[in-house]
Amino acid sequence: MSEAVQLERNPYATPLEEFDVSDAKLFLENTHWGYFERLRKEDPVHYCKDSMFGPYWSITKFNDIMEIEKNHEVFSSEGGITLADRPSDFNTVNFISLDPPRHDIQRKAVTGVVAPMNLAKLEPIIRARAAQILDQLPIGEVFNWVEEVSIELTTQMLAILFDFPFEDRRKLTYWSDMATSGELNGGPTPEADRRAALLECLEVFTGLWNERVHRDPAEAIDLITMMAHNPHTQDMDPMEYLGNLILLIVGGNDTTRNSISGGVYFMHQFPEEFEKVKNDRSLIPAMVPEIIRYQTPLAYMRRRATQDYEIRGKTIKEGDKVAMWYVSANRDEEVIDHPDQFIIDRKRPRHHMSFGFGIHRCMGNRLAEMQLRIIWEEILKRFDHIEVTGEPERIQSSFVKGYATLNTIIHAK
Amino acid sequence: MPTVKFIEFNGTEHNVEANNGESIMVAATSNLIPGIDADCGGECSCATCHVLIDAEWRAKLEPSTDTEESMLDLNPDRTEDSRLSCQIIVSDAIEGIKINLPEFQY
Repeated sequence: MSEAVQLERNPYATPLEEFDVSDAKLFLENTHWGYFERLRKEDPVHYCKDSMFGPYWSITKFNDIMEIEKNHEVFSSEGGITLADRPSDFNTVNFISLDPPRHDIQRKAVTGVVAPMNLAKLEPIIRARAAQILDQLPIGEVFNWVEEVSIELTTQMLAILFDFPFEDRRKLTYWSDMATSGELNGGPTPEADRRAALLECLEVFTGLWNERVHRDPAEAIDLITMMAHNPHTQDMDPMEYLGNLILLIVGGNDTTRNSISGGVYFMHQFPEEFEKVKNDRSLIPAMVPEIIRYQTPLAYMRRRATQDYEIRGKTIKEGDKVAMWYVSANRDEEVIDHPDQFIIDRKRPRHHMSFGFGIHRCMGNRLAEMQLRIIWEEILKRFDHIEVTGEPERIQSSFVKGYATLNTIIHAK
Repeated sequence: MPTVKFIEFNGTEHNVEANNGESIMVAATSNLIPGIDADCGGECSCATCHVLIDAEWRAKLEPSTDTEESMLDLNPDRTEDSRLSCQIIVSDAIEGIKINLPEFQY
């Protein structure tokens, strides 16, 4: 990074009232950390009076976020979970952006696909896919881990969950990327392109829906058949179907993808932690939630206050937007010991904020953990170590916290 | 110190001496009882300390709050015996309570 950028981005030289941590460039540059550190110390409930998303509050401490997550009557999810307001003429509503009772009904219609019984059935399938992907990788040559492993594995997984035509699976990746990179959210994709991609997604999935209506729901366990046969979801209008598809595609794709890449990067940054797990693979189940904490694949979730609410002496007004910064909560030294350290054998590794808490807590959390556990079990069976050959290139988004490239060299055993 | 009997899904029983005033979840996790995750640490906001308590014992407990109900509702395996163990406080009044653990936490 150039000296000029570093100077420009000195969080202690910027007045607090000028802080706008929703700026996607901070995440592209990986310069957000200092801003959140200062907010946690000096102004943990912070008001930003002007941003590309309009005014919004930032909540940066773990326990304050927990308080807001639990209070879903005051802090509504209606209208969306990112700071950008959904355009009224392209309203892709879905269950994560609904309040009870509609939220509960729609969520329950699809929870079965990630139920523990189903995960047990999926495990050997995912393991076989992971093994196949890893066995095809070059040894001793530089390649982009994001493209060859993280995207490939999560996309295959998603194709299985939807029973999506396997040869077309990269379309899922494309739609997922288009959905989250829109200019309205501070990303590089023009809004018209985003909409065109998502309408194509809807068209393809409508074809699948029309076919799945005729499947026996007792036999099929894919998400589309589940939705097409559940009385609470079978009459969804097209934008609601699209909204829930995007939720499931992004939820099952970006997050796990970036945690897979992140894990490889962290092992490189903390070689002593890698040595620990290399010598004792029984540490993998505890290492996985630590990877998810350290990565925090979604930087925040948004709520909107339905009434005035007082927290830490400040009053959030009815109608105000509130960003709960998971990325900051996961570095809150009051809740997590040595939060800036990646430590694979923490005592309570699952006590992190990456999945959120309360009624909107991530539905696929156990699936995500299983995918990461399997990939690390299979990596450690095969390779000596994975060298990272340069700083990763990150994504321009303050919502999806992830990597575009992570160049690596695999060293054989 | 009241006794709490945890019964794993496979039938294995564990009798634990619990402290008055702590939650059943804390009694379980501090005695390394398998089958309780308690990701949120007792905030009634993750539903990974789900337990099953039969009607006879449930009648002796404080009823569940709206928050507990909304979290239990997310679990497709919920039954009328379902409770979140972080919301049940140990006291002499429930000496010997039987806590059945589900096969999985979500």
